[in-house]
Formats: sequence, structure tokens, C-alpha cells
Amino acid sequence: MKRKGVKAAPAVMAGDDNEEELSLDDEEILSASEEEEDASDDERRHTKLLEAISSLGGRRRMKQKERSEASLQVSEFSVSADGAGEKVDLSDLLGDMEKTPGATKKTKKQLKNLQNRKETLELPLSKQQTEKIHRGVAFEKSSKEVSRWESVITQNQKAEQLVFPLRQEPTGHKRVDQVVAGWKAKTPLEQEIFSLLHSNNQPVLDPVLTEVEEASIKAMSLEEAKMRRAELQKARALQSYYESKARRERKIKSKKYHKVQKKSKRKEFLKQFDELMKTDPDGALEELKKMELSRMEERMSLKHQNSGKWAKSKAIMAKYDDSARKAMQEQLEKNKELTMKLVLPSSDEEEEEKNDEDDALPDFVNDPEPIAGSVNPWMRGKLTKEPEPSTAGTETSPLATKDGQSDPRVEEEEEEEEEMETEEEKLLREFESKRKLRQDEDDDLVPVPREEKQNSPVEAGGQVSKGEEKVTDEGVTPFTVIVISEEEEEEEQEEEEEEEEEVVSEFNSLFNRLMNRDGTKGAEQSGTKEAESVAEEEEELLEEGLVRVQTMDDIEALEQDAVNVTGNKRPPAASAAKPPTSEPPNKKKKKEIDLSEVLTKDTKVVKVALAPTMLEEEEEVHTEQTAIIKEAFAGDDVISDFLKEKRKQEEAGREKVVDLTLPGWGEWGGVGLKPSRYKRRKFRLKAPPAPPRKDQKRPDVIISEKRNVSVAAHQVSVLPFPFQNSSQFESCIRSPVGQTWNTQIAFKKLTAPRVVTQLGAIIDPMSREDLLQENHDKTQRTERTGNIALSEKRGNKGKGEGRKTSLLKKKKKKSQQ
Amino acid sequence: MKVKVLCRNPDDYVRETTRDIQRVPRNYDPTLHPFEVTREYTRALNATKLERIFAKPFVASLDGHRDGINCLAKHSKSLSTVLSGACDGEVKLWNLSKRECLRTIQAHEGFVRGICSRFCGTSFFTVGDDKTVKQWSMEPPGYGLKEEPLNTILGKAVYTGIDHHQTEGTFATCGQTVDIWDEQRTSPIRSFNWGVDSFSCVRYNPVETEILASCASDRSIILYDMREATPLKKVIMQLRSNTLCWNPMEAYNFTCSNEDYNLYTYDMRRLDVPVTVHMDHVSAVLDVDYSPTGKEFVSASFDKTIRIFPKHSGHSREVYHTKRMQHVICVKWSADNKYILSGSDEMNIRLWKANASEKLGVLTAREKVSLNYNQRLREKFQHHPQVQRIARHRHLPRDIFKQKRELREMKEARRRKEQNVRKHSKPGSVPLVTEKEKHVLAVVD
Repeated sequence: MKRKGVKAAPAVMAGDDNEEELSLDDEEILSASEEEEDASDDERRHTKLLEAISSLGGRRRMKQKERSEASLQVSEFSVSADGAGEKVDLSDLLGDMEKTPGATKKTKKQLKNLQNRKETLELPLSKQQTEKIHRGVAFEKSSKEVSRWESVITQNQKAEQLVFPLRQEPTGHKRVDQVVAGWKAKTPLEQEIFSLLHSNNQPVLDPVLTEVEEASIKAMSLEEAKMRRAELQKARALQSYYESKARRERKIKSKKYHKVQKKSKRKEFLKQFDELMKTDPDGALEELKKMELSRMEERMSLKHQNSGKWAKSKAIMAKYDDSARKAMQEQLEKNKELTMKLVLPSSDEEEEEKNDEDDALPDFVNDPEPIAGSVNPWMRGKLTKEPEPSTAGTETSPLATKDGQSDPRVEEEEEEEEEMETEEEKLLREFESKRKLRQDEDDDLVPVPREEKQNSPVEAGGQVSKGEEKVTDEGVTPFTVIVISEEEEEEEQEEEEEEEEEVVSEFNSLFNRLMNRDGTKGAEQSGTKEAESVAEEEEELLEEGLVRVQTMDDIEALEQDAVNVTGNKRPPAASAAKPPTSEPPNKKKKKEIDLSEVLTKDTKVVKVALAPTMLEEEEEVHTEQTAIIKEAFAGDDVISDFLKEKRKQEEAGREKVVDLTLPGWGEWGGVGLKPSRYKRRKFRLKAPPAPPRKDQKRPDVIISEKRNVSVAAHQVSVLPFPFQNSSQFESCIRSPVGQTWNTQIAFKKLTAPRVVTQLGAIIDPMSREDLLQENHDKTQRTERTGNIALSEKRGNKGKGEGRKTSLLKKKKKKSQQ
Repeated sequence: MKVKVLCRNPDDYVRETTRDIQRVPRNYDPTLHPFEVTREYTRALNATKLERIFAKPFVASLDGHRDGINCLAKHSKSLSTVLSGACDGEVKLWNLSKRECLRTIQAHEGFVRGICSRFCGTSFFTVGDDKTVKQWSMEPPGYGLKEEPLNTILGKAVYTGIDHHQTEGTFATCGQTVDIWDEQRTSPIRSFNWGVDSFSCVRYNPVETEILASCASDRSIILYDMREATPLKKVIMQLRSNTLCWNPMEAYNFTCSNEDYNLYTYDMRRLDVPVTVHMDHVSAVLDVDYSPTGKEFVSASFDKTIRIFPKHSGHSREVYHTKRMQHVICVKWSADNKYILSGSDEMNIRLWKANASEKLGVLTAREKVSLNYNQRLREKFQHHPQVQRIARHRHLPRDIFKQKRELREMKEARRRKEQNVRKHSKPGSVPLVTEKEKHVLAVVD
């Protein structure tokens, strides 16, 4: 907007001040009538005269101006607007201007130009427009002013904890003069003392802290100092800890310990090597070459062949000395290890993977819980020790056939089953007859002397052995025994134990990994589903109903309600996805336990020493018992039942082919006519293959992938808002906050409330001082957080990540200053 | 010979004083404490149940007024003092801790339209239907003396609202215009007028203390700056806003209670779209007040309920109602963030807990710890359906429940219709309008 003229000013100013505007208006009105002006002049003179007279009297009497009625023009100071009637011309003012020496030449020139100008001034903008412009400018200004708070507000929103009231008294010691400043002598005694002190010029406000001290206090706050000290302490503690650890380890003499240590190192090396293979194949190759070289060297030399002097001497000693024998053995082992050929990664990776997976399941997976004195043949769990040549080739294992369709092998199996059944029946019949015999014996009350039994094992034992043979046919042979000398036995047992342990731990880790993978997959799937089903609108926070909850019983009822509701809401996804499939007509043949299905690993020959000294009598009793138990569980094939069940579930999960062909439509119909091939092909709907089952490669478990309604009622079905994926949410849920799992300090931090208010304290709104302080704090805080981050990094390097430490979020506590 | 001896540091097991609880060494090995998730889930469930069991928000009712309560005000320096103005011109001062009336003043003829206390807490101002602004002392008059106002300002029109500046001796009234007054003067130092002649509410911004906002009868909300000669901006909505309240911790946010059953939170810098639309009431919202922490606000409605909304949430986290409470006209959140006061048509002031299940009074350290833990657990498991179900369940009176259902159906029908229209018209000709955009008609510079 352009404003040139002076006359434009009043129009612009109009909104600015009401009174001014009014007075200016009056001016114009009054100038119009001069007569009135004269009259008012006279009046004024008259009042002046009166005042002069009254002043002569000595006392000045102030005349109170009273407001009798509401008028537009009201002055605050009860002064009437006297000069309102007078008119001031621009020329009057300018005349003074020329005389005044202070005015600059420039302004004088401008004024002259103005006076000489003949053009009319531009019309001022309309009132509405000017006001709009004013408003725009004012709004800009105030919004800018308000925006200063943005940083503070966002900071408060992000803060983990806010303590109200915001401005609190700084904790810590107060200086004496600060305390004294707010104190006043009240009682007469105090006043007296005060006056005495003052009269003696005693320094009352004695500064306790010198300037330097204050500066030093300000330089480093207590918190900072504490933090730095803690850091240093931590570093020192870590250092000393590692030093002492190293010293301790060096001093340990135990060979076993070192052996374990070496083993772990080797394992680590292998792991690293695996990683190297992935990341840096060249480096891995070199490593391989090195290993190959060492192998070659080993093969060339006689270093660990027990052919040296020392070895020979040991060999002599070995007869009598345990340790010597051990040493020799170790040497041999080393040799074996070093000369072992390295397995190069084959081209067919898939196969290898499969093998790995299969290998990953060690034999004890299939082992039931070892029960020491168990006599139940099913519970003895020696299945794995059965040497079975057919299992050697894992590639042809029926696992592969499981996901595929029917196989020629299945039929064979069925045939075998038939045979099996007959055998089983035979067994049962035998048991039956035996039982009858025994009953007869009991009935007759003819005690059969034991010795007789012992002496004549032909009958009883014969049967038993027969039974056993049958059992072996089934594939449940108890042992394969290789006799080893007693002395060696112990050693080997130990080794075996170790190995077993290793395998167990490996298995555990593998298992965990598998589980995790499955879990994450499932979670992802569910996540995607959830993403689809996220409602458009925001959910209500409350579920309002007519039910009033007042007691625990009501709440319980609510819960049940919830179960019903959720149950109704979402029918199990699995059932919805897969139409109920009719069970195929069951073949009445039983299936035999196929070892290759149960066992996915090559069997291992277990070397177990015979216990040679055993009373025959006991054995006899034992066998008898086993026979009885076998009889009891004769038709009870747990494993095959299990497998059957599993197969059934798999069958149920498989997508079925839907046949929609209608005979007679579009072609001839009648008895004995089949719909054409084209039609059959067209109307048979093949469902896409179902995703592989989770328990596909795990013969020993059935993992149900159906949604369990009773559990689902307690599960979260939709990913909650702040989380981006389900794994985040799960990890959040998985980390406990209770005192049982966390240290006191961690617990305190984890459970710190979001908003802390003081009891009975008035919380004032934020003020400008807060803004200034916040800004000041922010600069400090950034420095401090930097320090924390650094220290954390250092800690992680030293120790590795601790679960709890990683959980502890940094608290951006609002400083209480 | 070196003899190794087992020794324990007494610091590990000896209490400092006999008042301490016994020191129990703990082993944090996770294998010793299995099933952490399930155990915590059970605890969370129990905590939620207990929270609902203990949720008894109603604290007290202050009766004594002889007409509906039209306005409430907090004392700016004392937590236990509350001022209330009724429709018959009576003003009462209440002591909350004793739950009794301290003083009764016949302040105006007709309604007491607005009441506010001075920032120092020594006096308070009232405006009424008799076109006067009166200043009263907080102290009761001496024995035998009549209640007299400290100052009386005669105006030309009815004043409908008043608010006092946070730190200075100025106050603002609204009626036909929005006026800024100096306490020392009998005429307004500034009066804003922008095409409207009837205002219902004016409020100072407690943070940026020179900024004001008012609700006008032409469905608009107008912003002012005391230092400027003109108003700043105006937003016109679909229906009239009754009152508004600034967030005491966020300088630029305010919430207004609207006749269309909703509340709207605005950022004063961007008035074209509200930040959040808060729905849940089933009738006009009459009053709104922020909690002093600025995290939540409470709203009073004509549907006889009070609702508490988190400031970012579109729906309320709590609803309070009693059989006897009628249309709630005014509501205030106490300055210590603990209580809510509501004044309603049936002449009672009700005191509620802001957090329904909170235990009142001083807590022991162990209580505090367990409460915090329970709170954290509830927060952690809040998305689990069982916990959610229990935590969210609220009782509603039948008629409100029905009305709510009806409203939902109406909304759904409207949405469906709009969808159908969009489906059967030229693509792009029926634009998608979000819920937030729907309610704002125009922004006037």
C-alpha cells in the first residue's frame, strides 16, 4: 500500500484509537461553524477569570467533574477535552518548522515539494481493505511469536516423564543470604538483635561462597560430575575385571578346561569361517588352503602317529597307567582330526541344506524321556539304535514324499502293513494263550518252582525270545552291543557325554532358531493380515454399555462376554480358508512304523559295555515282566498312532480338488457314460498347494496351525498403533518390567509414571521464563546426551549387549531447575 | 599355610535401621523366573480389574444454590476455594476441603454470566445480565457490614463473559463487543468489533498472555491480540461454538466446545483444519476446561455427562454421570490436576476425581511403587483384548446409550450414501472430504 499524503493518516489511524478518531471528527464539525467557536472562546475567558480570582484566595479549590450520563466521549482523568474545538492548520506547524534549527534540510525540502505540488492525492484504501491488511500483518506477527514455543512443546510431548509444577525450587543447599533475604524480624527480641547487629555494622549478608566457588559450582553440575565419575569407575572396573580374568585363565591347570576352551574356540572359528564364506569368499578360500596345507603336513609327518620315542615309552606305560593311555589316545585323535578331509561346499546347495536340516535333528529328539527302570518296551526308546541300512540314503526318505502326492512306495508299505498285521495278530493270539495258561496255573494253585523255570528256559524263555524276535522284526531291538574292555569304557563314556552335551546345546540353538524363524514368519503373515483389516476410523476409547460393573464377578462376566464376542467376531481363520474336507475312506490296513520316517539321521552304533555279572534269576524275572508289559500294550502302537494322527492332520490341511462336473450338460447323458475329458479338465478345480507345514521336517511333533479360539481370546489380533511391525510389538511384550526380572533401579526407571504431580501444589501455566530456561536446558542436554551415547558405546564394546541394559531407554527427564 | 575363609560383607544383608524392610538377595537369572509374559499378563489383568473396581470418581456434591449454576471459577492461589455464579444472580464461595459455603453474595440481578478471579487471588470479577461488571474482594466483609463490590462498572450492553489477564491488571469482557479493560479505568481501553454483535465467551491465552480468543454467535471463533488494534483472524464453523479453552502448556492450541456435539482442537496458526475432532457427546457441548498439565481436558455437555478427553484422542477416555445430575453447564479442572468440578442445572456443584480409580491422600512408598507398576502393566498390555475390554467398559444411562447408537447409525447411513453418490458419479466430481475438513466453513482474514 502506498501512503503519500498526510491526509491519509486519519483514515489509517481510524481503527487505531477510537478517541483520536472521534476528536478529529469533532474538529471538522466544529470548524464548520465559527459562531460557536466564538461563544466557547468567551466562555473560556470567563472561566479563566474566575480561576484567577479563586487563586487569589490562597486555597485552590478543585472542581470535581462529574459524569451525569453515559456519553461517547469519556475521559479517564476527569479532564474535559478543552482544546477540542481549536483547529490547527498544517501551515502553522510548518512555519515553526522553518524557524527551528534542528530540522534537517531534507525534511524541509520534502515539505516544500509537498506544498508546491498541485496534483490531488490518491484516494486512500477503503476501511475494510485496510483493516484486512492490518489483520494479516498482526496475525503474522503473533503467529510468529507463538511459534517460538514449538520446540518446548515438542520436547514436552516427547519427554518420558514430566514433573509438575514446572518451576520448582532448586534442590540443594541455599546460601545464607538467600535464606535471610526472605526473612523479616517479627518478634521484639528479633528486632532487638537485629538493631544491635546493625549498629555494630555486622555483615548480615555475608556471602558464603566466593565468586570463584560459585563459578566452579556452575561450571559442573552435580549430575554431570556424578555421571563422569560413574563412567570412569565403570571403565576402571571393566579393565580390572578383564585383567583378572585373563590371569585366572592362564593359571588354570585343568586339561579338561583347556580342552573345552579349545573346542569352543574351534567352534567360534568355524562360525567365523562360515561368515567369511558368506562375506568374503576369497578370504575363506585362503583359510581353506591353509587348512589343507596343515593337513598335508600332518599326513607327511609322523608327528601324531604314536611312533616317536615318547609314544613308545607311553605305550609301555599304558598297560598300567591310565593317564598315559589317555595321552596316547589324544595324540591319535589329533592326527585323525588333522588328516580329516575337508568337505568342500557342494554345488547343489539345496540338497546340502536339506541334509543339514536332517542332521540338525539328532537322535535324541526321538528319544522319549529316559526312565531308568522302565520296563515298558514303548518307553524304552531304543528305537534310534537300530541299525537300518535303508535309512542311509536320506534323499529317498519319505519326507520328500510327504509333500508330494502318492508314491509307488506307499503301496508297498501297505502290503507290508498287511503282513505286519498278521504278525501282530499272531502275537496277540500267543499272549492270549499264555494268559490262559497262567490263569490255569493260578487256578490249579500249582506253584512252579523258580529253579525249575531257570532250568527249563526252553518253554517260557523260548516264548519270550520269540516275542523278542518279533519285536525286533518290528524294529524295536533293544541293543547292539560291542564289547570293549572295561578300562576304556569309562573314558569313552566321558567323551560321549561331552559329545552328547555339545550336540544338545547345538540342537537347542538350532531349535531356537527354527522356532524363531517360524514365529517371525507367522507374525509377518499375521501382520499383513492385520494391516488389511485396520479400520478406517479411529477406534473409540470406551465401550459404553448399559451394564454397570461394580464387583469382581461383574468383571469376570465381562471377560466371558469378551470371549464370546471375539469368538463370534472372527471364526478361526484356518477353517475359513480351507473348506471342511471330507475324510477319505479309511483303508483298513494298519501302517507299519517306517523307521525312515521316524529317524532322519543315520543310526549310530552305540558302544555299551556288557554288564557281565548279573544274576540269571533277576534277568528271568525281568524278562517275564517285560513280557507281561508287552502283552499289556500289545495292540497299543503309540508311535504308529502318532504318525497316523499326524498324517491325518496333514491330509486335512491339504487342499482338495473340487469336482464340479455335471454329467449330461452339453453332451449325451445316460447310464454308463462318463463326462468327456475336456469337461473333467475344465470343471475340476485344483486349489493352489498349501504352504508347507511347520512340522514338515520334524517327525516327532505335530504343530497345529489352526487358530485356537480359547487362546485367541487373549491374543492381540491387530497391530497396535505406535508399532510398525509385529516383531517390535512382540519384543515389547516379551521384555518384563516387574521386580522379579529387573534390578531395583531398572524397575524404577521402567515403571516411572509419565506425569508426576505434587500433592497440593498449584500447577501454573507455562510462562515466558520457562521458555528461556528450556532453551538454556536444551543446549545443556544435547551435550549431556552426547556423553551418554558415547559411554554406552564403550560399554557395549566391552561386554556385549545385555538384555536389560538394552531395554532401558534413556530417560529424558525434565531437569528440575 | 594360607587359609581361605568364606566371608560376607555385612553391607549386603544388614539393614541400616530396623524400620527398613529386610534385605533379600535376589537372583535375576532369567531361567529361575520363567513365564514372565504370562505372569505379567495375569498381573496386568488383575490390575485392570482392580482399577475398574476402585473406579469411584464421585467425591462430593456442594449444594446451596437456589438456581442452576451458570459459571464456575477457580481461585488462582488457593486450591480449596471455588467460586460459583448461579442463574439468580447469586455468587457463592466454597471451601472444598470442608465442603461448605463460605460466603454468599447477591451479585447481580438476573444471571451471573461470568466470573473470574484476579491473578493474585485477592479479588474476583463478575459480570451479569444487569449490564454491570463488578469487582469483589476475596475477603469477607467485617461483622455487620454489607457485601459491597469494590468497583462497579456500568456498561451499555449485557456482558456474557469475562476473563482476567494472567499477570497484569487487565481483563476482557464480551457481549456486543470484546472489550479489554484496565482495572483502574471505567471505560474499556480497547474494544474489538468485527461484524458480529454477540459473543458468548472470551478467554485469555495463559501462555502468550496478550492473545485472546472469543466465540461469537455467527458460528465463528475470533482471535485477538491485545496489543493490536484489529482482531487477528476468524474461523467460521458449521455450528456455533459455546466456549473455548486454551491449553495451558501449549501456547498455540485451544479447544472449543461446539453445538454439533463435538469438540475441536485448533492450532491458532492454522485455523483452516482443526488438529483433532473430539466426538462422543450426544448433545451440545457447553463447556470445556484443560487440565493444568495440558495433557487432557474435560467437557460438560447438555446430555448430562462429563467426559474427559486426552488432548490428541478423538474419543473420550472417561465418562462421568449420575442419576441426579442434569444438563451440565460449566466444568473446571482443579489446579492440582486431581479433581474436576462441574456445575449443573439442578443447582449442585459436583466434585469428581480426575482419575477415577486414584486413591486419595498420601501414599506410602510401597503403595506408590505398586501403583506405578500396575499402571505400567496396564499400559503395556492395553492392546490385549481381555484387558482392553475390562478397561474400556463404562456404564451409560439408557437414553444416552440409545442416542449414541442412533447417532452412530445416522453417521453410518450418511457415509454410505456419500459412498454411493461417489460411486455413481463422474470420478473426481465428488471429492473426499475428511471428518476434520467437514466442520470448517471458512477462514476469514
